[in-house]
Amino acid sequence: MKLLALDTSTEACSAALLIDGEIRSLYRVEARAHSRLILDFCARLLAQAELDLSRLDALAFGRGPGAFTGLRIGAAVTQGLALAGGLGVAPVSSLAAIAQGMYQAHATPRVLSAIDARMGEVYWGQFRLDEHDLMRAETTERVCAPDQVPLPGPGEFAAAGTGWQSHGEVLLQRLGRPPTRLDPQRYVHAEHIARLGAYELAQGSLVPPEQALPVYLRNQVAQKSHT
Amino acid sequence: MNVLGIETSCDETGVAIYGEHGLLAHALYSQAALHAEYGGVVPELASRDHVRKLLPLIRQVLDEANLAAHAIDGVAYTAGPGLAGALLVGAALGRSLAWGWQVPAVAVHHMEGHLLAPLLERPAPEFPFVALLVSGGHTQLVQVDGVGRYRLLGQSLDDAAGEAFDKTAKLLGLGYPGGPALARLAERGNPGRFRFPRPMTDRPGLDFSFSGLKTFALNTLQQAGNDPASLADIARAFEDAVVDTLVIKCRRALEQTACPRLVVAGGVSANQRLRSRLQEMAAKRRARVFFPRLEFCTDNGAMIAFAGHRRLCAGQHEPLAFEARPRWDLTDLPPLN
Repeated sequence: MKLLALDTSTEACSAALLIDGEIRSLYRVEARAHSRLILDFCARLLAQAELDLSRLDALAFGRGPGAFTGLRIGAAVTQGLALAGGLGVAPVSSLAAIAQGMYQAHATPRVLSAIDARMGEVYWGQFRLDEHDLMRAETTERVCAPDQVPLPGPGEFAAAGTGWQSHGEVLLQRLGRPPTRLDPQRYVHAEHIARLGAYELAQGSLVPPEQALPVYLRNQVAQKSHT
Repeated sequence: MNVLGIETSCDETGVAIYGEHGLLAHALYSQAALHAEYGGVVPELASRDHVRKLLPLIRQVLDEANLAAHAIDGVAYTAGPGLAGALLVGAALGRSLAWGWQVPAVAVHHMEGHLLAPLLERPAPEFPFVALLVSGGHTQLVQVDGVGRYRLLGQSLDDAAGEAFDKTAKLLGLGYPGGPALARLAERGNPGRFRFPRPMTDRPGLDFSFSGLKTFALNTLQQAGNDPASLADIARAFEDAVVDTLVIKCRRALEQTACPRLVVAGGVSANQRLRSRLQEMAAKRRARVFFPRLEFCTDNGAMIAFAGHRRLCAGQHEPLAFEARPRWDLTDLPPLN
């Protein structure tokens, strides 16, 4: 199985190439550098593996939520590569990828992911490890004020993502107990997009290139005029 | 060389293929109806629409041109000027598609696209010529000695002519974008009832200023009332003032450069009164005026495919990094030999 994953949904930019369980990746945190780095990352990974696009089985990308411009860069690059390579696409949740990263770093089986959504809100998701060692959503992802996040119910949880940096105190107050582990500086990494995308590929649930679209969660972005 | 052109700088998604033998296919999706509900272009909504519509349009033009992907030899995308988020969608998809196809890509200047659009017609103007670029975002007079050989002769110091049309149309209750509706209303207006100023024509130079005209329209509206006849008369007086001003400055530019060819492009170049008045002026001077066909006056992929074709054929291409250039001077472009 050969899958190329890319992500530009948060402050980090990354790409990962998964070949039969082995992953190589490139990752960098740099402001406003997504459009400069992402294709170069993809090209370098494929060149190292002496592969070209059409030899891949699928693409995966971080479909959001996250910064709008970054989501569109990721989606549009994925669409272009998928069309050129004749490939299907696995759109992967950025919140799930953060949870997956947390699990792989700290073996935490339950993770509350929060990405700073600006405007006093967070993108929020609740994940639990499944039998394939993958993080699965326990509830619908949402954008909301930190004092409105859904309560996770009983049991321990870990916490990750920039939402915990910006709104840590309010979130802790809302949840009423501390996480077993906290990583507020965790961004999305394409390695985890690749792991989650590989499952979609194995399930045969890829989408065609034109459906490689962002999931913004925040959809109220303009006021209609009254004239 | 077959070049796929992509335009996403504002609220139109345009795609086209241009080859040795001319334009092979083009398709356009306009978001005008979406933005009309908001009284103007909402950049975030524009970007969201581009990322949904662009790839299906690319498939459509490949089908219409009856070309397989491997018959595309290069990709051109608008990199600026325009809305940053909207530009990035076209740049990201265009650049990645070119890399995937293993063909070169080139970033095209949106206004160079407009400026060269009349070259898609037959007969095409020869270089050098004077170009009037007149749209909702720009009003510029440019001396064009070749592709990439541009000298700015004059430009609007405030509102673009098309912007003045749209804003005045809004005052007259014509909705958004109201420029074409204003022109239709002006058809029914009495040309002599009101007289608007012809801004900056009383002094030398080729710069423009149109923001005062909408204030003048507002004042006239308040005095005359908004009965249907007055609205039509105001529309007519406004249109006459803009058209007169553009014609006077174009005549000056032709005199100043001693050039016998005028090219007019951009959304406002679809205005029929402007077209006929420029034809009259040019005929008196034994000059010729060239316009794009009406559908290529406004934003489109064909002009980007064409400009990109010229630049790719000259060997220009981009690295893997792509960028949007929301502000980008036409005169910064590299000349082609």
